[in-house]
Amino acid sequence: MEDLAYMDRQMSTEQDIKISAKNVQVYYADNHAIKDVNVDIADKTVTAFIGPSGCGKSTFLRCINRMNDTIDVCRVEGAIKIDGEDIYDKRVDPVQLRAKVGMVFQKPNPFPKSIYDNVAYGPRIHGLAKNRAELDDIVEKALRRGAIWDEVKDRLDAPGTGLSGGQQQRLCIARAVATEPQVLLMDEPCSALDPIATAQVEELIDELRQNYSVVIVTHSMQQAARVSQKTAFFHLGNLVEYDDTDKIFTNPEDERTESYISGRIG
Amino acid sequence: MTDTTVTPVSAKPAKSILEIDARTKKRNAAEKRFKAYGIAAICVGLFFLVALLWAIIQNGTPAFTQTYVTLDVELLEEKLDKTGERDIEAIKKVSTFGYKPLIQNALVDATEGMETEIEDKNLAKLLSDSAAAQIRDYVIANPDQIGETVEFTVLASSRVDGYLKGRVTREDLARDKNLSPDHLDLIDQMVEDGSVERIFNWAFITGADASEKRPESAGIGVSMIGSFFMMLVVLILALPIGVAASIYLEEFAPQNRFTDLIEVNISNLAAVPSIVFGILGLAVFIQFAHLPQSAPIVGGLTLTLMTLPTIVISTRASLKAVPPSIRDAALGVGASKMQTVFHHVLPLAMPGILTGTIIGLAQALGETAPLLLIGMVGFIASNYPEGVASGFLDPNSAMPAQIYEWAKRADPAYYERAWGGIIVLLVFLLTMNIIAIILRRRFERRW
Ligand SMILES: Nc1ncnc2c1ncn2[C@@H]1O[C@H](COP(=O)(O)OP(=O)(O)OP(=O)(O)O)[C@@H](O)[C@H]1O
Ligand SMILES: [Mg+2]
Repeated sequence: MEDLAYMDRQMSTEQDIKISAKNVQVYYADNHAIKDVNVDIADKTVTAFIGPSGCGKSTFLRCINRMNDTIDVCRVEGAIKIDGEDIYDKRVDPVQLRAKVGMVFQKPNPFPKSIYDNVAYGPRIHGLAKNRAELDDIVEKALRRGAIWDEVKDRLDAPGTGLSGGQQQRLCIARAVATEPQVLLMDEPCSALDPIATAQVEELIDELRQNYSVVIVTHSMQQAARVSQKTAFFHLGNLVEYDDTDKIFTNPEDERTESYISGRIG
Repeated sequence: MTDTTVTPVSAKPAKSILEIDARTKKRNAAEKRFKAYGIAAICVGLFFLVALLWAIIQNGTPAFTQTYVTLDVELLEEKLDKTGERDIEAIKKVSTFGYKPLIQNALVDATEGMETEIEDKNLAKLLSDSAAAQIRDYVIANPDQIGETVEFTVLASSRVDGYLKGRVTREDLARDKNLSPDHLDLIDQMVEDGSVERIFNWAFITGADASEKRPESAGIGVSMIGSFFMMLVVLILALPIGVAASIYLEEFAPQNRFTDLIEVNISNLAAVPSIVFGILGLAVFIQFAHLPQSAPIVGGLTLTLMTLPTIVISTRASLKAVPPSIRDAALGVGASKMQTVFHHVLPLAMPGILTGTIIGLAQALGETAPLLLIGMVGFIASNYPEGVASGFLDPNSAMPAQIYEWAKRADPAYYERAWGGIIVLLVFLLTMNIIAIILRRRFERRW
């Protein structure tokens, strides 16, 4: 079993590069939050970002779908390419980009609408369904992939905000996958979940890997070790170390990584 | 970590929580005092509210009833249509003066057998001046009734009305040229007889204003229409402009010096005295744009200027109150900024926007000062507008202006009507609020 999983990881890391960041700098006004980060994220892989609080994990994650554009004081320099195309090119419409790069946030944030409408919203605005039946299909598929279908199939008209925290987060994951993105960014998706829901989400992430490049920010070492093939360790805005997850957790090169993993800094 | 020695619990005997120590006592006393202040403040507020409402109701309700006299008037042919041809033009030539004898006759008949020393020609002083006009209008509308005896319910004079409402006493009339105490004795007898009664006065709510001498026939209806059209203008202009401006400022505009300046200015505008808007309206809409004076459209435009800052401020506040996570969620699935705002943010902000709009409208409805400068105060609102267009463009008054006008007039009967007008204004306001609450319920989502 162990060997098989290892093989699996080896294979997946040999995938093509999906996201490639070169000399990325991010400033919040005068605060230099990301310092010269270079990273290549592979396709059909789960990549974990770890690091102490405030080190810039979320900031870097939000660069990948240009969510930072919504923050006035935020300035991004350098180049981030997805499939070889620079996403900060002038011709890129961030709206189109975000349909391709889905995001799940730390705090579950369903729309104050029905469960159905939550999931159907993305496909609707992107015109993914020609008719109601198709839309129903997409919604069901997304909810199944979000591992929440069985719990909500009888109450699709109920408000999404009426679900429990864990259910809400899975609904948000379903909502994100409903638009068929190629990259899925997850910012601490399990921080509000109990161990059972966490296990479900982790299982889901592993499954999503078949089709997507998944980037997950997490504070849980165990979670990073469980779900990811690649791990990046951030510290004070620097990308300290980026390597195979096994390597990072068993034999890190940088001593800062080692002390963080062993619980000495953070 | 594991080798820390367990420090023994301090030797001091633990205090019982059943005893309340001095500090806690002090704290509790402070809290009690604060609560008492709060309750006292609320009581004072309530007292004033009750006093206000009581005064309004006490003074205003009499305006809703009016004394009417029922008379059988014989429409004498020789007075009204000498030729007997029922030629409408000839009938119209008879002025209200020509109807006086008929009324006098009717009054003499009505008071037949009652004890009085009033000369016949002075009997008509019991009635409003409008009685003759009312009968004349009837005759012109129904010329075939000439020669018949028709029952009319005509307004009593405001003094008679005041007597029945307890406003006018016999002592007051000692110095009065019009009515004498004898008239009042006669009225007492007529009330017993049933030909004089006080009934609910719809004409006060629906009617037009009257000249200084006929308070009994003055109503607030026409100026209510004026107010209605003004509110329409304010709603149609201020709501979309205000909401659009707020959405732009809140969601789209970059944060820089210029937008800061705009923000400060909007807050300042909300505090500008309304009379300033009045003179602005006079200069811009009347003198520059040559819109008609005293017209509800000008009033509405002026009040729009006044209401806009209120709506902008409350709309921005309710947009700000929408949690940013909703925006992130929408942007995250690839909605455009505009879709985010219109599909998610605006619906959530709607209840707040409606509340702000209603507050703004209510302010505008009660505003008198700007109307002073554009000629809506002092205008005698005596004609109903003929249609929607003339509702906007014809000179008219507004409810608060009408109330002010009445309060200014010398006759105490008008004073009573001013209070009555306030009740109508408050009911109008209440109706607006109820509509807003119903709309808000519609928009409000329970989740
Ligand atoms: N909207 C913002 N405006 C200004 N500064 C910000 C903003 N968001 C983050 N920062 C700053 O950027 C730095 C990195 O923050 P970021 O949220 O990326 O950290 P993080 O690694 O995600 O931390 P956590 O694990 O606590 O979520 C911090 O110093 C933070 O103060
Ligand atoms: Mg974060």
